[in-house]
Amino acid sequence: MSLVARHLEENGVPTVLMGSARDIVEECGVARFVFTDFPLGNPCGKPWDTEMQRLIVGTALDLLERAWMARTTVQTPFRWGNDEWRDAFMRVDDSNREALAREGEERRRRQAEAKKGDRLRTGQP
Amino acid sequence: MNQRRAYRSYVSYIDGSREYYAAQGYSQPYTWAHHDDAPFTPLQKPLSKCRVGMVTTAGKMDAEVDRQGRRKTRELYAMAANPAPKRMFTADLFWDKVATHTDDLDSFLPLNRLAEYAAGGRIGSASPRFYGVPTEYSQGKTSLRDAPKILEWCREDGVEAMLLSAL
Repeated sequence: MSLVARHLEENGVPTVLMGSARDIVEECGVARFVFTDFPLGNPCGKPWDTEMQRLIVGTALDLLERAWMARTTVQTPFRWGNDEWRDAFMRVDDSNREALAREGEERRRRQAEAKKGDRLRTGQP
Repeated sequence: MNQRRAYRSYVSYIDGSREYYAAQGYSQPYTWAHHDDAPFTPLQKPLSKCRVGMVTTAGKMDAEVDRQGRRKTRELYAMAANPAPKRMFTADLFWDKVATHTDDLDSFLPLNRLAEYAAGGRIGSASPRFYGVPTEYSQGKTSLRDAPKILEWCREDGVEAMLLSAL
Protein backbone atom coordinates (compact mmCIF):
# COMPACT_ATOMS: atom_id res chain seq x y z
CA MET A 1 0.00 0.00 0.00
CA SER A 2 2.89 2.35 0.79
CA LEU A 3 4.25 1.76 -2.72
CA VAL A 4 0.90 2.85 -4.22
CA ALA A 5 0.95 6.00 -2.07
CA ARG A 6 4.48 6.78 -3.28
CA HIS A 7 3.44 6.36 -6.91
CA LEU A 8 0.50 8.74 -6.47
CA GLU A 9 2.74 11.33 -4.80
CA GLU A 10 5.30 11.03 -7.59
CA ASN A 11 2.51 11.82 -10.04
CA GLY A 12 1.06 14.84 -8.29
CA VAL A 13 -1.62 13.33 -6.04
CA PRO A 14 -1.22 14.11 -2.32
CA THR A 15 -1.84 11.09 -0.08
CA VAL A 16 -2.26 10.06 3.54
CA LEU A 17 -1.74 6.48 4.65
CA MET A 18 -3.72 5.28 7.67
CA GLY A 19 -2.24 2.19 9.30
CA SER A 20 -1.12 0.24 12.34
CA ALA A 21 2.09 -1.40 11.05
CA ARG A 22 4.37 1.50 11.81
CA ASP A 23 7.69 -0.10 10.95
CA ILE A 24 6.57 -1.41 7.55
CA VAL A 25 5.18 1.97 6.45
CA GLU A 26 8.07 4.03 7.77
CA GLU A 27 10.72 1.73 6.27
CA CYS A 28 9.05 2.11 2.87
CA GLY A 29 8.73 5.87 3.33
CA VAL A 30 5.50 7.75 2.58
CA ALA A 31 4.54 11.42 2.46
CA ARG A 32 1.99 11.44 5.32
CA PHE A 33 1.14 8.68 7.79
CA VAL A 34 -1.57 8.51 10.47
CA PHE A 35 -0.48 5.79 12.89
CA THR A 36 -2.96 4.21 15.30
CA ASP A 37 -1.34 1.77 17.72
CA PHE A 38 -3.95 -0.98 17.40
CA PRO A 39 -3.82 -4.66 16.44
CA LEU A 40 -3.81 -5.04 12.66
CA GLY A 41 -7.33 -4.88 11.22
CA ASN A 42 -8.83 -1.58 12.38
CA PRO A 43 -6.42 1.18 11.38
CA CYS A 44 -9.27 3.71 11.06
CA GLY A 45 -10.79 3.21 14.52
CA LYS A 46 -12.41 0.58 16.68
CA PRO A 47 -15.38 -1.27 15.18
CA TRP A 48 -18.66 0.62 15.74
CA ASP A 49 -16.90 3.58 17.40
CA THR A 50 -17.99 6.22 14.88
CA GLU A 51 -16.60 9.12 16.90
CA MET A 52 -13.12 7.59 17.00
CA GLN A 53 -13.31 6.82 13.27
CA ARG A 54 -14.39 10.41 12.58
CA LEU A 55 -11.41 11.74 14.55
CA ILE A 56 -8.92 9.45 12.77
CA VAL A 57 -10.21 10.39 9.31
CA GLY A 58 -10.22 14.04 10.47
CA THR A 59 -6.56 13.70 11.47
CA ALA A 60 -5.77 12.39 7.99
CA LEU A 61 -7.55 15.39 6.44
CA ASP A 62 -5.70 17.79 8.75
CA LEU A 63 -2.43 16.22 7.67
CA LEU A 64 -3.26 16.79 4.00
CA GLU A 65 -3.47 20.50 4.73
CA ARG A 66 -0.71 20.90 7.28
CA ALA A 67 2.18 18.53 6.53
CA TRP A 68 4.98 20.43 4.82
CA MET A 69 7.43 17.62 4.17
CA ALA A 70 7.57 13.90 3.44
CA ARG A 71 7.66 11.22 6.16
CA THR A 72 5.33 13.14 8.45
CA THR A 73 3.92 10.63 10.96
CA VAL A 74 1.17 11.55 13.36
CA GLN A 75 0.18 9.08 16.08
CA THR A 76 -3.46 9.24 17.18
CA PRO A 77 -4.06 9.25 20.96
CA PHE A 78 -6.17 6.10 21.08
CA ARG A 79 -5.41 2.95 23.09
CA TRP A 80 -6.82 -0.48 22.36
CA GLY A 81 -7.62 -1.13 26.04
CA ASN A 82 -5.18 -3.94 26.79
CA ASP A 83 -1.71 -4.87 25.58
CA GLU A 84 -2.15 -8.64 25.31
CA TRP A 85 -2.37 -8.56 21.51
CA ARG A 86 1.14 -7.12 21.22
CA ASP A 87 2.88 -10.33 22.31
CA ALA A 88 0.19 -12.77 21.21
CA PHE A 89 0.27 -11.97 17.48
CA MET A 90 2.84 -14.13 15.62
CA ARG A 91 4.17 -15.33 18.96
CA VAL A 92 7.13 -17.72 18.85
CA ASP A 93 8.25 -19.37 22.09
CA ASP A 94 8.91 -22.80 23.56
CA SER A 95 5.19 -23.52 23.87
CA ASN A 96 4.53 -23.37 20.11
CA ARG A 97 7.91 -23.82 18.40
CA GLU A 98 7.30 -27.45 17.45
CA ALA A 99 3.75 -26.78 16.28
CA LEU A 100 4.94 -23.93 14.06
CA ALA A 101 7.63 -26.12 12.49
CA ARG A 102 4.97 -28.77 11.73
CA GLU A 103 2.61 -26.15 10.25
CA GLY A 104 5.37 -24.92 7.96
CA GLU A 105 6.17 -28.44 6.78
CA GLU A 106 2.49 -29.15 6.17
CA ARG A 107 2.08 -25.96 4.14
CA ARG A 108 5.10 -26.70 1.98
CA ARG A 109 3.79 -30.22 1.38
CA ARG A 110 0.37 -28.87 0.29
CA GLN A 111 1.99 -26.29 -1.97
CA ALA A 112 4.20 -28.93 -3.60
CA GLU A 113 1.14 -31.11 -4.20
CA ALA A 114 -0.80 -28.22 -5.71
CA LYS A 115 2.13 -27.49 -8.03
CA LYS A 116 2.30 -31.11 -9.06
CA GLY A 117 -1.44 -31.03 -9.81
CA ASP A 118 -1.00 -27.90 -11.94
CA ARG A 119 1.80 -29.52 -13.92
CA LEU A 120 -0.33 -32.60 -14.59
CA ARG A 121 -3.27 -30.46 -15.74
CA THR A 122 -1.18 -28.28 -18.06
CA GLY A 123 1.01 -31.13 -19.30
CA GLN A 124 4.21 -29.44 -18.15
CA PRO A 125 7.13 -31.63 -17.07
CA MET B 1 0.31 7.31 32.49
CA ASN B 2 4.09 7.62 32.94
CA GLN B 3 6.02 4.38 32.70
CA ARG B 4 9.56 3.22 31.99
CA ARG B 5 10.14 0.48 29.44
CA ALA B 6 13.26 -1.23 28.16
CA TYR B 7 11.65 -1.92 24.75
CA ARG B 8 9.70 0.10 22.19
CA SER B 9 5.94 -0.23 22.67
CA TYR B 10 4.69 -0.58 19.14
CA VAL B 11 4.88 -3.97 17.48
CA SER B 12 7.54 -4.50 14.82
CA TYR B 13 5.87 -6.55 12.13
CA ILE B 14 9.15 -6.79 10.20
CA ASP B 15 10.89 -8.45 13.16
CA GLY B 16 7.81 -10.46 14.17
CA SER B 17 7.06 -11.92 10.74
CA ARG B 18 10.73 -12.76 10.11
CA GLU B 19 10.92 -14.76 13.34
CA TYR B 20 7.51 -16.35 12.85
CA TYR B 21 8.23 -17.62 9.34
CA ALA B 22 11.74 -18.71 10.35
CA ALA B 23 10.09 -20.85 13.07
CA GLN B 24 7.95 -22.38 10.31
CA GLY B 25 11.13 -23.38 8.50
CA TYR B 26 11.36 -20.62 5.88
CA SER B 27 15.04 -19.78 5.76
CA GLN B 28 14.88 -16.79 3.40
CA PRO B 29 13.24 -13.84 5.18
CA TYR B 30 10.94 -11.54 3.20
CA THR B 31 12.72 -8.38 2.19
CA TRP B 32 10.57 -5.32 2.80
CA ALA B 33 10.56 -2.19 0.67
CA HIS B 34 12.97 0.45 1.96
CA HIS B 35 13.62 3.92 0.58
CA ASP B 36 15.92 6.63 1.85
CA ASP B 37 13.70 9.34 0.40
CA ALA B 38 9.96 9.81 -0.04
CA PRO B 39 8.08 11.83 -2.68
CA PHE B 40 5.83 14.66 -1.49
CA THR B 41 3.10 16.62 -3.28
CA PRO B 42 1.48 19.52 -1.43
CA LEU B 43 -2.27 20.03 -1.67
CA GLN B 44 -2.96 22.16 -4.75
CA LYS B 45 -6.07 23.97 -3.52
CA PRO B 46 -8.21 24.28 -0.39
CA LEU B 47 -9.35 20.91 0.91
CA SER B 48 -12.94 22.19 0.94
CA LYS B 49 -12.73 22.25 -2.86
CA CYS B 50 -10.92 18.92 -3.32
CA ARG B 51 -12.34 15.56 -4.28
CA VAL B 52 -10.95 12.88 -1.96
CA GLY B 53 -10.74 9.15 -2.72
CA MET B 54 -9.94 6.03 -0.74
CA VAL B 55 -7.85 2.90 -1.38
CA THR B 56 -8.14 -0.37 0.56
CA THR B 57 -6.35 -3.72 0.60
CA ALA B 58 -9.66 -5.54 1.28
CA GLY B 59 -11.33 -7.53 -1.50
CA LYS B 60 -14.83 -7.67 -2.95
CA MET B 61 -17.28 -10.04 -1.25
CA ASP B 62 -17.99 -11.93 -4.49
CA ALA B 63 -14.34 -13.02 -4.81
CA GLU B 64 -13.92 -16.70 -5.69
CA VAL B 65 -12.05 -18.53 -2.93
CA ASP B 66 -10.01 -21.73 -2.90
CA ARG B 67 -10.18 -24.62 -0.39
CA GLN B 68 -7.98 -22.72 2.06
CA GLY B 69 -10.37 -19.75 1.98
CA ARG B 70 -8.04 -17.51 0.00
CA ARG B 71 -9.05 -15.50 -3.05
CA LYS B 72 -8.20 -17.43 -6.23
CA THR B 73 -7.14 -14.28 -7.99
CA ARG B 74 -6.39 -10.96 -6.42
CA GLU B 75 -7.56 -8.33 -8.81
CA LEU B 76 -7.58 -4.58 -8.72
CA TYR B 77 -11.01 -3.04 -8.73
CA ALA B 78 -12.88 0.26 -8.57
CA MET B 79 -16.28 0.08 -6.89
CA ALA B 80 -19.17 2.46 -6.13
CA ALA B 81 -18.59 4.27 -2.83
CA ASN B 82 -22.18 5.41 -2.34
CA PRO B 83 -23.88 3.53 -0.86
CA ALA B 84 -20.85 2.06 0.87
CA PRO B 85 -20.74 -1.75 0.88
CA LYS B 86 -21.72 -3.37 4.17
CA ARG B 87 -18.80 -5.79 4.23
CA MET B 88 -15.56 -6.55 2.43
CA PHE B 89 -13.57 -9.78 2.01
CA THR B 90 -10.66 -9.75 4.46
CA ALA B 91 -10.31 -13.42 5.48
CA ASP B 92 -7.11 -14.00 3.52
CA LEU B 93 -5.34 -10.83 4.60
CA PHE B 94 -2.70 -10.50 7.30
CA TRP B 95 -4.44 -9.01 10.37
CA ASP B 96 -5.05 -9.96 13.98
CA LYS B 97 -8.02 -12.33 13.81
CA VAL B 98 -7.81 -13.13 17.53
CA ALA B 99 -7.83 -9.58 18.90
CA THR B 100 -10.41 -8.03 16.59
CA HIS B 101 -12.74 -8.37 13.57
CA THR B 102 -13.59 -6.52 10.37
CA ASP B 103 -17.40 -6.54 10.64
CA ASP B 104 -17.53 -2.75 10.66
CA LEU B 105 -16.41 -1.40 7.28
CA ASP B 106 -15.54 2.02 8.68
CA SER B 107 -12.94 0.53 11.02
CA PHE B 108 -10.69 -0.14 8.00
CA LEU B 109 -12.38 1.58 5.03
CA PRO B 110 -14.14 4.66 6.41
CA LEU B 111 -16.27 5.54 3.37
CA ASN B 112 -19.20 6.62 5.55
CA ARG B 113 -17.00 8.89 7.66
CA LEU B 114 -15.54 10.45 4.48
CA ALA B 115 -19.05 10.99 3.09
CA GLU B 116 -19.96 12.79 6.34
CA TYR B 117 -16.96 15.10 5.92
CA ALA B 118 -18.11 15.82 2.36
CA ALA B 119 -21.66 16.56 3.55
CA GLY B 120 -20.28 18.91 6.20
CA GLY B 121 -18.11 20.80 3.69
CA ARG B 122 -14.73 19.81 5.20
CA ILE B 123 -13.81 18.33 1.80
CA GLY B 124 -15.22 19.30 -1.61
CA SER B 125 -16.56 15.83 -2.37
CA ALA B 126 -15.87 12.14 -1.91
CA SER B 127 -14.93 10.20 -5.03
CA PRO B 128 -17.91 8.26 -6.47
CA ARG B 129 -15.70 5.16 -6.44
CA PHE B 130 -13.18 3.64 -4.06
CA TYR B 131 -10.26 1.49 -5.17
CA GLY B 132 -9.07 -1.96 -4.14
CA VAL B 133 -5.45 -3.01 -4.41
CA PRO B 134 -4.44 -6.52 -3.38
CA THR B 135 -1.55 -7.03 -1.00
CA GLU B 136 1.08 -8.59 -3.24
CA TYR B 137 4.10 -10.58 -2.18
CA SER B 138 5.77 -9.09 -5.26
CA GLN B 139 6.67 -5.43 -4.84
CA GLY B 140 7.27 -5.26 -8.60
CA LYS B 141 3.62 -6.10 -9.29
CA THR B 142 2.46 -3.43 -6.87
CA SER B 143 4.71 -0.74 -8.33
CA LEU B 144 4.51 -1.59 -12.02
CA ARG B 145 0.97 -2.99 -12.42
CA ASP B 146 -1.23 -1.87 -9.53
CA ALA B 147 -0.06 1.65 -8.69
CA PRO B 148 -0.34 3.00 -12.29
CA LYS B 149 -3.88 1.59 -12.56
CA ILE B 150 -4.94 3.30 -9.31
CA LEU B 151 -3.49 6.56 -10.67
CA GLU B 152 -5.46 6.10 -13.88
CA TRP B 153 -8.75 5.61 -11.96
CA CYS B 154 -7.86 8.54 -9.77
CA ARG B 155 -7.60 10.78 -12.86
CA GLU B 156 -10.80 9.37 -14.40
CA ASP B 157 -12.70 10.24 -11.22
CA GLY B 158 -11.06 13.65 -10.70
CA VAL B 159 -9.57 12.60 -7.34
CA GLU B 160 -7.29 15.34 -5.97
CA ALA B 161 -6.19 13.71 -2.73
CA MET B 162 -6.16 10.08 -1.64
CA LEU B 163 -6.49 8.34 1.72
CA LEU B 164 -5.05 4.83 1.76
CA SER B 165 -5.71 2.32 4.47
CA ALA B 166 -3.91 -1.00 4.84
CA LEU B 167 -5.48 -3.68 7.06
